[in-house]
Amino acid sequence: MGDFDYSVIWDNLPFLWQGLQLSLWLTFLAIIGGIVLGTGLALMRLSGFLPLSLFAATYVNLIRSVPLILVIFWFYFLVPLAIGRPIGGFYSALIAFVMFEAAYYSEIIRAGIQSVRQGQVHAGQATGMNYWQVQRYIVLPQAFRNMIPILVTQGIILFQDTSLVFVVSLRDFMTVSSIVARTEGRLVEMYIFAAIVYFIICFAGSMFVRRLQKGPTA
Amino acid sequence: MNYNWNWSVLWADPYLGWLISGVQWTFAVALAAWVIAFALGILIGVGRTLPSKPISFICTCYVELFRNVPLLVQMFIWYFAVPEIMPEDVGRWMKRDMPNPEYVTAVVALGLYTASRVAEQVRSGIQAVGSGLTSAAYANGLSTAQTYRYVLLPISFRLIVPPMTSEFLTIFKNSSLALTIGLLELTAQSQQIAEFTFQGFEAFTAATVIYVVIALFATMIAQTLERFTKIPGFVGKG
Repeated sequence: MGDFDYSVIWDNLPFLWQGLQLSLWLTFLAIIGGIVLGTGLALMRLSGFLPLSLFAATYVNLIRSVPLILVIFWFYFLVPLAIGRPIGGFYSALIAFVMFEAAYYSEIIRAGIQSVRQGQVHAGQATGMNYWQVQRYIVLPQAFRNMIPILVTQGIILFQDTSLVFVVSLRDFMTVSSIVARTEGRLVEMYIFAAIVYFIICFAGSMFVRRLQKGPTA
Repeated sequence: MNYNWNWSVLWADPYLGWLISGVQWTFAVALAAWVIAFALGILIGVGRTLPSKPISFICTCYVELFRNVPLLVQMFIWYFAVPEIMPEDVGRWMKRDMPNPEYVTAVVALGLYTASRVAEQVRSGIQAVGSGLTSAAYANGLSTAQTYRYVLLPISFRLIVPPMTSEFLTIFKNSSLALTIGLLELTAQSQQIAEFTFQGFEAFTAATVIYVVIALFATMIAQTLERFTKIPGFVGKG
């Protein structure tokens, strides 16, 4: 432990910061995409129209039973094939994360929608609103308010999951740390540094969730 | 889309063997790690609910530490950093003489990581039993150990069967991370077949189907288990 070399971190800080930015950017876009697609899947599943709900249920259960790494491999293989030309690792990874996380978000959102009492829906219908108006003005706003803590928690998990783009060598924080570790021969320092950075971000995030849960709107 | 289908590649000579060996490694990692996760997770989960402040603090630290660092980082620390930090002869043994280093490391990393998740389930199960029963037990003169042995654990273990089975499934999925340190489990083998044969569609489909079958089996076993362990009156909780 005595010859712990901090300078390796200092010297490579700009490179590491670039990696962290990619991780955060990927997390942010995947959260947005995952929530949008997840809401669609949840509405399909609760629609009462059998083909739609069956499709959504199959999709969600399929995605939830395979590892994320396999999903990343799938989309790295499928996306360029489907589009007909390579579009770069970042977009393939982003699509994989959105498709994967949407399945998890849709389960959270479905529970959130079901937490809004039926009386609210009936009241909306009684005042002459159609299906979309009831969802848009009554159900979803309340559902999302109830779900905020869980959505943030899932966001933290998603941030940790982005480290898996390492398997396709996309230069996120994890991959960059590992590149520095190898080229400088400083494995111990770099992996412990990576662990500390992830820990600080995720721990701060979970403290934030705890405050949300205690907050006045909870 | 321009793609040459060739499903027979999955039955061709080396590739079928690769898949089978991949499934075996996936099971070997997941099951061994589950033993660690289950045993340690129960201890830590119970520890977090104990009245003793130092014990519950240590257990809380464990959970927060292992939950807030990505599993991939943990895997790398166990594989690359720990042998360097260890005393010299232990480190040398880990690097040179330890049998199956990838397997042992993957099991340890996955087991200790999943233990933190199991601990959270155990803790929430114990807390779901409610303070009324705990107070009643103490009022009857039961010691802390007896309260856990006769009241809290028997009820909470039955309450947490559903979330525990989902943790059990998660450990199979997370075992795929072992490929990052060079263990050729199912996902790695399918990727390798895709690279060797250019039949990515077939290779990934095979792996996907196998994972889905594992999930279906686990869900079936879980439902049977839930039927036997369900507590009337606690239905829907846990």
